[in-house]
Amino acid sequence: MRYLRVLFILSLLAAPAVSGAQQTPSPDEFVPISEIPAEEQIPAINLVAAAYAFVWVALFGYVWSLGSRLGKAEADLARLERKDH
Amino acid sequence: MTTAVKAQLGIAALMFAASPWVINAAPHEATMGLVYKIYFYHMPSAWMFMLGAIVAGVASARFLFAKRQASDATAVAAAELAVVFGLLALVTGPLWARKAWGVWWVWDARLTSSLMLFLIFVAYLLLRQFGGPGSEKLSAGLALFGMANVPFIYVSVNYWRTLHPKTSVVPTLPVAMGIPLWFCVCAFLLLFLALLSLRATLETHRARIDSLYLSHDEA
Repeated sequence: MRYLRVLFILSLLAAPAVSGAQQTPSPDEFVPISEIPAEEQIPAINLVAAAYAFVWVALFGYVWSLGSRLGKAEADLARLERKDH
Repeated sequence: MTTAVKAQLGIAALMFAASPWVINAAPHEATMGLVYKIYFYHMPSAWMFMLGAIVAGVASARFLFAKRQASDATAVAAAELAVVFGLLALVTGPLWARKAWGVWWVWDARLTSSLMLFLIFVAYLLLRQFGGPGSEKLSAGLALFGMANVPFIYVSVNYWRTLHPKTSVVPTLPVAMGIPLWFCVCAFLLLFLALLSLRATLETHRARIDSLYLSHDEA
């Protein structure tokens, strides 16, 4: 009987911790923006700037890479066609 | 480079340079605030990603079934552009999602199938690069599978539970938000067409170089 009383009191004490742990969402699940702790929130301007900067840099890099590959191919083609004639 | 391609590139560059001002004039969205402005680059990137996949698929079908050699160059060009614009969509999307949803990524139908399409075209380019003789036919088959994925990606938000905005968002946008969106779509489309033409020319040059090397070896 004494053991049962101790067990009952312990279960009462542990209940809030267990229910709190169950409510914590896994990092993969959807978390409403209002529930994200302040220290984990990223300012919107940083995300917008990162997105626009990435698009600009990636497109510029691709255009530059394509231009240089095309220039090299045109030079090779001209050299081979000269050799052919 | 033809005059038309030069004009397309020039106009696209001017539109990209002007886009921050056009986007800045758009009002803030009521619930998401500033971060929704990623949409003006994210959505055109995603559309060019799918357009690249469709062009690659159609050109591959012409190459496989009509034996049109020129279509192979178009298919390679479109596949490479699908990877470039797919990368833009897959990077800008999570940057928006982090603020709007609280997570970088969710494994819903739209995001997962978009990632699959991106990986299909990465596989296409790897096959072309390292597959050896005959790889053009195998990669053309792969592009057909990629193209078949596009309608699924487009409608996935309407049929499966997702946090991603539905396809009804664009037609219902207020004019003040619609103008910057269509401005950016035009800029991305012009750039896509110019790059498609240049990349296909590169592929044609490479085929000609290979045939010249072969003829020299035989001689």
